[in-house]
Amino acid sequence: MTTREYMLGNVAIARGLLEGGVQVATGYPGTPSSEIIDTLAARKDRDYYIEWSVNEKVAMEVAVGAAWAGVRAVVTMKHVGLNVAADPFMTLAYAGTKGGLIAIVADDPSCHSSQNEQDTRRYAQFALVPCFDPSTPQEAKDMLPYAFEFSEKFEIPVIFRPTTRISHGKSDIELGEIPTEKSAPHFEKLLDRWVMLPKNARPRHTHLLSIQQPMEDALAESPWNSLELKPDATFGVIGAGIASVYAKEALQELGLEASFLKIGTYPVPKKLILELLETVNAVLIFEELEPVVEEQVKMIAQEASLPVLIMGKTGGFVPREGELDISAFLEALNKAFDLDIEPQKRSIPLELAPRPPALCAGCSHRATFYSMRKVFGKDAVYPSDIGCYTLGIQSGTVETTLCMGSSISIASGLYHAGEKRPICCSIGDSTFFHTGMNSLLNAVFNKANITVTILDNRITAMTGHQPNPGVGFTVTGEKTVEVSLANLCRAMGAGSVVVVDPYNLEEIQEAFKAAKDFEGTSVVIAKQPCVISEKRAGIRRVPYIVDPEKCEGCKQCVKFGCPAIEFDEENKCAVITALCSGCGVCAQICKFEAIREVKR
Amino acid sequence: MSQIEGEKKLDLLITGVGGQGAILASDIIGKAAVVSGLPIRAAETHGMAQRGGSVVNHIRLGTDLGSMIPKKGADVLLALEPMEAVRYLDFLKDGGVIIVNTQPIIPVTVTSGLAKYPDVQEILDVLSEKYIVKAFNADELASEAGSRLAMNVAMVGAVSGYLPIPKEILIESVKALVPQKTIEINVRAFEMGRRKVEES
Ligand code: SF4
Ligand code: SF4
Repeated sequence: MTTREYMLGNVAIARGLLEGGVQVATGYPGTPSSEIIDTLAARKDRDYYIEWSVNEKVAMEVAVGAAWAGVRAVVTMKHVGLNVAADPFMTLAYAGTKGGLIAIVADDPSCHSSQNEQDTRRYAQFALVPCFDPSTPQEAKDMLPYAFEFSEKFEIPVIFRPTTRISHGKSDIELGEIPTEKSAPHFEKLLDRWVMLPKNARPRHTHLLSIQQPMEDALAESPWNSLELKPDATFGVIGAGIASVYAKEALQELGLEASFLKIGTYPVPKKLILELLETVNAVLIFEELEPVVEEQVKMIAQEASLPVLIMGKTGGFVPREGELDISAFLEALNKAFDLDIEPQKRSIPLELAPRPPALCAGCSHRATFYSMRKVFGKDAVYPSDIGCYTLGIQSGTVETTLCMGSSISIASGLYHAGEKRPICCSIGDSTFFHTGMNSLLNAVFNKANITVTILDNRITAMTGHQPNPGVGFTVTGEKTVEVSLANLCRAMGAGSVVVVDPYNLEEIQEAFKAAKDFEGTSVVIAKQPCVISEKRAGIRRVPYIVDPEKCEGCKQCVKFGCPAIEFDEENKCAVITALCSGCGVCAQICKFEAIREVKR
Repeated sequence: MSQIEGEKKLDLLITGVGGQGAILASDIIGKAAVVSGLPIRAAETHGMAQRGGSVVNHIRLGTDLGSMIPKKGADVLLALEPMEAVRYLDFLKDGGVIIVNTQPIIPVTVTSGLAKYPDVQEILDVLSEKYIVKAFNADELASEAGSRLAMNVAMVGAVSGYLPIPKEILIESVKALVPQKTIEINVRAFEMGRRKVEES
């Protein structure tokens, strides 16, 4: 009997890795990929090594070491993480692997929680490595053991690219067996493989090119690609990855006679594409983000001199940006084949207030930003970075967000360009360990006169509270060294480094004043645990209330922006709701002493 | 009272605000679906939107395709917050059912004076023009059951009559997924939510 379980796509992916016999798993948290490592780490009966690394490049390199020792390894990250890890990855494609190596790189069409929408399939093309593109969580799970075997057979790393809807979709999943036997690690000294001197790299490039066709042939035979030819169909649809599911559902609903090719691997299955092109007059290609399949199909049609009309992103049938869905497919069908399908939009009958995500009630970042703004003023420049604190844009202290770790270097660049206004940048603890350290080193070395604020909330909060080198425990909860941010900054030569409690407004504002006056690179470390992790650790603070007798209705506390503070327009009085986590900051802001702790 | 009786296919949209427990609500239904042998697909909001932002969960019972409900495809909309009932109307079928918690959560954009929160009665009136609306204050109902935190489970109870899943299996699923200490309260909230809709 088979077992079925209801699970999150990322949990299914973790399961697939187990069923594939993973022995080393590394990663850097990034939505939508984070729950894969979290799930593997939470298993009690672990017989594999697992870590959160400080960044994706490091994570990739640790996984490569493991694969070169002959064991099966995985590294997880989000799409932009591969930019950080691109350096080792591109050369790894030449060197290849021994043990299976899968780079799971989760894409985020529509930027649900990302700074761009880049398409990882392009990296696969660029590096000449195969890419697996699952269409459902079930398929994602089933693909992974196959991907390990494939990687070992061709001695090449592979990319596995789920998208947000796979990673964060849920589904009933049919489980398979988890193997109990695994290969013993043994590092074979193949110098012409592992030492990428020019003399060794050149023949490896030739080798890499030579295996493209065999890999393509093997993938074309795999269960991840499938062609359904309808005898009377004059047009065909090609769907890639998750987009194929939307297309399939729409075709079923409409009852249209179209031949259908589903693509789940790259290099694309040329044979199947040719077979389809030979039987139809026109094809519509439905894929998320870049026209990767479309370009291939056009090349194949041209090489074979097939007069098929090829429609997709070019010509504007399918949007090139954003997430696709069934409606997008119907629109594309309408445009491409002049079908008269009713549009599915309706207008919202009321004016709604936007509900953007915000920093939690009592989040220390809000207090830090509040004080930063008080001291540095409206005129200062505020480069920032990637994490929960990016939500501080509502505090007026997040003015740039480019990529992980860039805040400090952007601040330096602004300063060196001659910007005369004070510059105060902000970066989280995890982001600082990720790539902010290099930037601080550079700022100090090149004498940037800036203030660097490290928002140390003792965790990587945005992605789901993963540990980093500053917290004193590993992914599995084991105790480890707790790296001191202050000592690290001092060791890099920062002239002024102070650690303050952001809940104490006077203390942090004094620190900001001193940092602002300091000539050179100054660092203010605002240290206070994330309210969510604090709550989970069982720490409860006493909540606050507003005394309606004393409240003058000045709205100072409301402007602070804590979601626990509302305003009662009728009685012209602030109110604190059950969301209050008791940080006490609003009490310090209120000039009329109207806010106090709830008496026990 | 359920119109979909006999048919095992249902598209349900759960909307609300990050932190209200929409994911747990959808998990209760998901787990129960698997136990009762129904294929299920679901999609949920993670990341950015969790910090008090608007969230939407798609639940598709009886399908083996994708997890995203097509526009105008949902049979039932379960809204844990009144304004969020309106935000995703695009997905609801003409004449579909909306079960809505009338307790508003005021977004920061409103507390800080940047936007206005629409009148709850007006929301209900507008919705009733085109859809079948079942509205009640689920926060208060959950309080009566023993804890405001059980609001999401009360809402699952409220929608339970429309689901192609036996009530007993749903209750087992509630018991399996809520914290041990709160089982009793949650089961009570479920029953109270269910009765609320049955009676209306
Ligand atoms: S999760 Fe933690 S760090 Fe993020 S906003 Fe909430 S309290 Fe702040
Ligand atoms: S004490 Fe004030 S600022 Fe802090 S969480 Fe409570 S209401 Fe918000």
